[in-house]
Amino acid sequence: MTISLSTLEQNIINQYQKGFPLCSQPYKVIAEELNSSESEVLSAIFKLDEAGILSRIGPVFNHKKAGSSTLAALAVPAELLDEIAEIVNQFEQVNHNYAREHSYNLWFVVTASDDDALAQVITKIEQLTGYQVLVLPMEASYHIDLAFNINFSQHQLGSH
Amino acid sequence: MSQLSSQHKPQESYSCESRRDESIAEQLSPLQQQKLRTILECGLPHVAQPYLAIAEKILATEAQVLSQIEYWQTDGLVKRFGLVVKHRQLGYKANAMVVWNIPDEKVSSVAAMFSSCSEVSLCYRRPRRLPHWPYNLFCMIHGTERSIVLAQIEAMVEKFSLQNIEKDILFSFKAYKQQGARYGKKGLTNG
Repeated sequence: MTISLSTLEQNIINQYQKGFPLCSQPYKVIAEELNSSESEVLSAIFKLDEAGILSRIGPVFNHKKAGSSTLAALAVPAELLDEIAEIVNQFEQVNHNYAREHSYNLWFVVTASDDDALAQVITKIEQLTGYQVLVLPMEASYHIDLAFNINFSQHQLGSH
Repeated sequence: MSQLSSQHKPQESYSCESRRDESIAEQLSPLQQQKLRTILECGLPHVAQPYLAIAEKILATEAQVLSQIEYWQTDGLVKRFGLVVKHRQLGYKANAMVVWNIPDEKVSSVAAMFSSCSEVSLCYRRPRRLPHWPYNLFCMIHGTERSIVLAQIEAMVEKFSLQNIEKDILFSFKAYKQQGARYGKKGLTNG
């Protein structure tokens, strides 16, 4: 199955990952900028949401200023990966959780209000999974550009 | 998180034609600020006036909510404000975390070179954890095809003469969770 996105939907994705309008009627502003209507823009947002493409519209926080966070990893037997990933997912402090091809095969990001709260979550994960967590906090950030410029002509969108 | 309660003035430039009430908005209380953050972490409601809907939830005005978000952007707490997309759903399934063991004295200069590559979306220094984990520099490359990403990494090795540098490439093969960070304090519920 392939999702096909309209030009409006593609433009919304490429132009509003940063600088989403901060004003009373943001979708109206987007509509004016993209020669569309407020209701069409809202429908497009709903469609992107339903298609699972849109995670949310909102802020991306600077982790260092927003609280305490770290990248973390577990090395677990492949046959237990799904089960242990599920345990890790249950923590609301875990926001990203990926399986990766390595002996350290489960990688996740933990965020908490401060360092103590973060350490408590890590300890709890170790207790519940029975594996030691590799804790890799950020020491320096050199480059962050998470606004994907999607070249829609280059590939088809797969739906999963 | 004391920076949240620091003083600020509302921004003077608005990106919007239909300007809101420009009288100086009274600052949100620390509790309202915390509630606003918790709500924003889950994303704007998909309604025509999302900031007004949030303002009603925290018993504030729309102008106060907008002013607070603008302040957080100026202050650097918010890096960007907008759509957060799930790149895997957009066909970006070849997601590689490339980890390198760079001599400490060279790590900043190598990081600067990586950051100049358009295919690198993130670049971080992290601690080594010997003996299990010798790598101190991480970069993320998101691509549509594994072969293209591997070729990009090879090109970086060539271009920056990193043939003798120990490295590893960790492609992701499953996303169990991908959501915004929830920093929420204990005792505060969403909305």
